[in-house]
Amino acid sequence: MATSQWWASESFWRKTAIWVTGGSFVALILLTLDTIPQISTGSKRVPAYSVINYRIEYKFDESRHVQVPVIGAKEPLFGKELNEEEAEALVKLGKLTTQAKNCMNCHTLLGNGAYYAPDLTKAWLDQYWGSKEVREVQMVDFIKDPSDKLHNSLGRRMPKLDITDEEARGVVAFLKWMSSIDTNGFPYNFKSIEQEN
Amino acid sequence: MATLGQLESANLNGGQKLAVKYFTVAIVLFGAQVLFGLLSGLQYLYPDFLYGVLDFSVNRMVHINALVVWLLYGFLGSVYWLLEEESQHEVVGLKLGNLIYWVLTAAVTVVVLVYLFVQIGPGKESTIWLINEGREYIEAPRWADIGIVVSVLVVFYNVAATFSKGRYTGIAGVLVLDMLALFGIYLAGMFYTTNISIDQYWWWWVIHLWVEATWEVMVACIMAYGLMKVLGVSRKIVETWLYIEVALMFGSGILGLGHHYFWIGTPEYWFSIGGFFSALEPIPLVAMVVHAVFDAGARHARNSNHPAMAWLIAHAFGNFFGAGVWGFMHTLPQINLYTHGTQWSASHGHLAFFGAYATIIIAMFYLGIQRWRGGTWMSGDLAGNGWKWKWALFLLNLGMVGMTVSMLVSGYVQSQIERAIEGSTWIGYFAAQIHPWFVQGMWWREVFGVMFLAGFILLVWDLLTIGRGESRKMIEASSAT
Repeated sequence: MATSQWWASESFWRKTAIWVTGGSFVALILLTLDTIPQISTGSKRVPAYSVINYRIEYKFDESRHVQVPVIGAKEPLFGKELNEEEAEALVKLGKLTTQAKNCMNCHTLLGNGAYYAPDLTKAWLDQYWGSKEVREVQMVDFIKDPSDKLHNSLGRRMPKLDITDEEARGVVAFLKWMSSIDTNGFPYNFKSIEQEN
Repeated sequence: MATLGQLESANLNGGQKLAVKYFTVAIVLFGAQVLFGLLSGLQYLYPDFLYGVLDFSVNRMVHINALVVWLLYGFLGSVYWLLEEESQHEVVGLKLGNLIYWVLTAAVTVVVLVYLFVQIGPGKESTIWLINEGREYIEAPRWADIGIVVSVLVVFYNVAATFSKGRYTGIAGVLVLDMLALFGIYLAGMFYTTNISIDQYWWWWVIHLWVEATWEVMVACIMAYGLMKVLGVSRKIVETWLYIEVALMFGSGILGLGHHYFWIGTPEYWFSIGGFFSALEPIPLVAMVVHAVFDAGARHARNSNHPAMAWLIAHAFGNFFGAGVWGFMHTLPQINLYTHGTQWSASHGHLAFFGAYATIIIAMFYLGIQRWRGGTWMSGDLAGNGWKWKWALFLLNLGMVGMTVSMLVSGYVQSQIERAIEGSTWIGYFAAQIHPWFVQGMWWREVFGVMFLAGFILLVWDLLTIGRGESRKMIEASSAT
């Protein structure tokens, strides 16, 4: 009987299953321990929330061959410089608002979500906002009531979601902060808003 | 003994009586999933349809949540279904199990009503606790999360306690550990953080490690049981295969999690880890196809339930193509850079969830209805030549394959125009969305969606009528216990 062979025996595969599962899980834990500090707020890849006080660009990096976020000169959001705590509070309000309004079931964030509306990873840098001088006002206005604004030629529109002025400013802060995350070049070939002085 | 061919609860053991309750809710939610899928698909074509009343975000959320919950109900039902036979012992905490069933079902109802009628809340933590967590697939508010964890824990207790008092088989061992993992992993998604990279890191633990690891092992257990029931395959064969599959699935699936860590802020070493291990993920699914087909052929087995066996085979192919091939097509980072977050994902998601999970739960529905009617004949030569189950099988599978291919065509357009050329800007996104090839894909998706709905209606009709008034006893699969 072939079943007497070790490679066909139940106990061999039971042990293999246990060892492979355990080993993979331990490897995942170790990798997680290495990754979490690298993506914690204030790390090189995921900047502190006060990054919203600065200009953020998305530029091609010759050595990595992808675009990476570049933090530039001071350019406080809504013209007001915030300390770390204030910045965190504003970004937190924005992030909570994106969850409370269910943004992710139309949009993608970091490429994850639904596919009915544009990706928001670099929305802060999108040319749709015209110029950087009017961008903040345009974004707040749009988020508060997008239903009567021009979107596209399809007739697909974002609904009005009862977003307050403060929540809208929070969302803009969240989007600006998110655009500073190093996403390994995603989205590829993105064409940013003109923001040279 | 109850009359053959009539639905009598006396035909079922205690766990099975509870199982059919879970199955019933599963089918209702399956219907809701199809309905809300059609609504959101229609909104791609007519954006003003239900605008401001049931927006796309709401329909889509109900669509994917109904999916997750009906599959979970299908799994819990399947576990209760096989529990007493497998352990040869009565379910230990059946009353508690029943109570939890009603609590869970009431909670699901409230969650869905809140989704539909409240929809959104202010940007505060209270919204996340009471209305909607706003994180794809696990939108259920925090209070419901806690309910889900408690419910799964109770089912876990029932399963573990019943097996340890009765017979502790190989299937039992795998099932108990798998349910423990299923419960533990869900906890990773139950906290709020402003840092979206950390948020998505743990969010993927829940989504990926459920769908691409613990659920796959869950269906492998159900498959092992199903093959013994339907074909009388020997326990030694299915349990050896089960261990091989566990080794391969966890061996590739756990670190395959890395393919979600390419673009969320995580370091670059995930490219190699995610790419390599997720490329291995189809391997156990190949083994599963070989497993099912070989077992059927080599033993000249007599098949006691033709519809169930057909759906088990649909599962083997659907799992391999939907989860395996369609996943592999865009899992390498070099390709994923252009496909991530496009209709490619939707295409893969549809075929994978249907192929890997919906199919095998439908097989369990057929095993359930057969026993519930007292063990009636369900082999060849059924009334009307079994046209209902055959057409349901055909329409559901063709409808799903049609939707998958349509979305893939749209996905190609998106990858090319939006991603490669335009670079994912607002303008780039809509340049792809208005392209005639994209729009055609969305039309065909809706057409095949209607075909799928027809298949679903036929399936329900068949489940309600198959074996009714049947006077022949089922073929007993050779006594494999």
